[in-house]
Amino acid sequence: MSEFVAGGGLINRRAWVKGAGMGAAASFLVPAAATEDWMTHAGQAQNAYGSPSAFSRIRRERTGGHPFAPAAGSSSTPLQKLNGTITPNSLHFERHHSGIPAIDPARHTLTIYGDVEKPIRFKYEDLLAYPMESHVYFLECSGNSFRNTFSKPADMTAGSLNGLVSSAEWSGVPVHYLLDEAGVKPGAQWVVAQGADAAAMSRSIPLQRIMDSVMVALYQNGEPIRPSQGYPMRLFVPGCEGNISIKWLTNLKVQSTPAYTRDETSKYTDLLKDGSAEMFSLEMEVKSVITSPSGKMTLNRKGVYEISGLSWSGAGAIQSVEVSADGGNTWAQAILQSDPKAYALTRFRIPWRWSGGSAVLQSRAMDVRGNIQPTRDLAIQKYSAAGLYHYNGIQSWKVTSDGRVQNVYV
Amino acid sequence: MLILLLIGSSLFMGISYRAEQIDNQLGGDLKPGLGQHALKLDAIIVSPDGVGLPKGSGTVLEGERLYKVRCAHCHGQEGRQRGNRLVGGIGSLVTDHPKKTVGSYWPYATTLYDYIANAMPYNEEKSLTSSEVYAATAYLLYLNDILEKEASLDQTNLALVVMPNRNGFIELAQ
Repeated sequence: MSEFVAGGGLINRRAWVKGAGMGAAASFLVPAAATEDWMTHAGQAQNAYGSPSAFSRIRRERTGGHPFAPAAGSSSTPLQKLNGTITPNSLHFERHHSGIPAIDPARHTLTIYGDVEKPIRFKYEDLLAYPMESHVYFLECSGNSFRNTFSKPADMTAGSLNGLVSSAEWSGVPVHYLLDEAGVKPGAQWVVAQGADAAAMSRSIPLQRIMDSVMVALYQNGEPIRPSQGYPMRLFVPGCEGNISIKWLTNLKVQSTPAYTRDETSKYTDLLKDGSAEMFSLEMEVKSVITSPSGKMTLNRKGVYEISGLSWSGAGAIQSVEVSADGGNTWAQAILQSDPKAYALTRFRIPWRWSGGSAVLQSRAMDVRGNIQPTRDLAIQKYSAAGLYHYNGIQSWKVTSDGRVQNVYV
Repeated sequence: MLILLLIGSSLFMGISYRAEQIDNQLGGDLKPGLGQHALKLDAIIVSPDGVGLPKGSGTVLEGERLYKVRCAHCHGQEGRQRGNRLVGGIGSLVTDHPKKTVGSYWPYATTLYDYIANAMPYNEEKSLTSSEVYAATAYLLYLNDILEKEASLDQTNLALVVMPNRNGFIELAQ
């Protein structure tokens, strides 16, 4: 069996896990085992709420705000510092349109009204009595990776460039239970969701989608959702652009048309080259990004590395991910971790031997509906040069001969 | 005999349960039914046909006075603050530097009412009266050459305003 499965040093994973490629890595100097303080004294006592090791200081990136509205901004998940597919709650990306409200759940309600038989209102604790579901879902801001639409590649980390995507296990009440209780009238086709934040973030969502797959999420990775994610409750619309999963959800208005709110007209519409714009482009595209090696990292030795990254699609589960180490000339199938699930992040891995020359690393995802992640040129082709939303072009990382990794366009 | 009985009853239960599942409904006596009849509906969600607009009225001139005090420090004189622009840009959408403003981009005037009433001014959200929101809306439409200086807006005429980019959007079926 040949070690290599494609150009640029991509390795057959079965060859790697047998140990065939480990020579270079094994030659590393390992410090001699010493008797450390933590071996000879009792450690810190147990406590009521955990925190990461003091030696592991991982933080969100790009925590900027609007120049005229500092609490309107975003922060990105440091994708390159995490592994697996679940984003810790403290590192989930954020996007707020007027800051994070500090909501007392005892004073928060969810009202369903409009084209219903009977407008009804729920308290937070009421919702806890309804049947819940739990799903691992990704959430991606429609503006994720927008910097890669700029004319020059930004020299940034994977998280800073692509980290407006995160993943969690969300638990909550399917919205159809609540709508059924209010009694949706014939002719209703849309539900306008509104948040209790100062921006009253509002989006219209097709009723059919709401009935099929949308929940009022109350828990994130097992704990009540964080204030920055909508405490005490948020809508969760799997596979769709993040902002329609309205945080701090307080109103659901059922009606026959969309409301055409500011955030589905002025913002979050996709301007095309001809001056027209697409509206209600809700589903996120098939996409992947290599998180290691990735931007701003430095490879400090020649030898075998594991290329690893994340893939996802708003159209359903990931089917396959291909990786190239020679700028797209040849591709090899990456290993997908566990069974890819619909609307969830799927991690991929493939071993790679870096021989010290320059290389361009890329990944290309395909979903179960046959959508294939496009090149950057194809991804931006029909959009205005100022287009910001729904960019899903292939991310290219150049490894220079001195081991630096940087964002490039190829 | 016992086995047959069990199969019979589970079949029966299976059929009745599944019928309810297809409807995505909880069984009658299993519904928590905790939603309280909501009598006071004070949220503002406005649609292009004007549904959701409250009573009140405001003129361009009233809006100009209000704008100078409550809006201009972020949006600039006459809505022309760079990076936070509300005015101009017509014809720019096809260029490499499109200016998406109320005048050049927004398809519906009702959206202005909805957004100002709910989300403006920044850090003083929901502090304007409905008449002040109509006035601010009127002034912004005047600045964008959509209303005359003498215009006044209210619950009945806001939905009649035709925005320049009304037909500029393609609705995707989602």
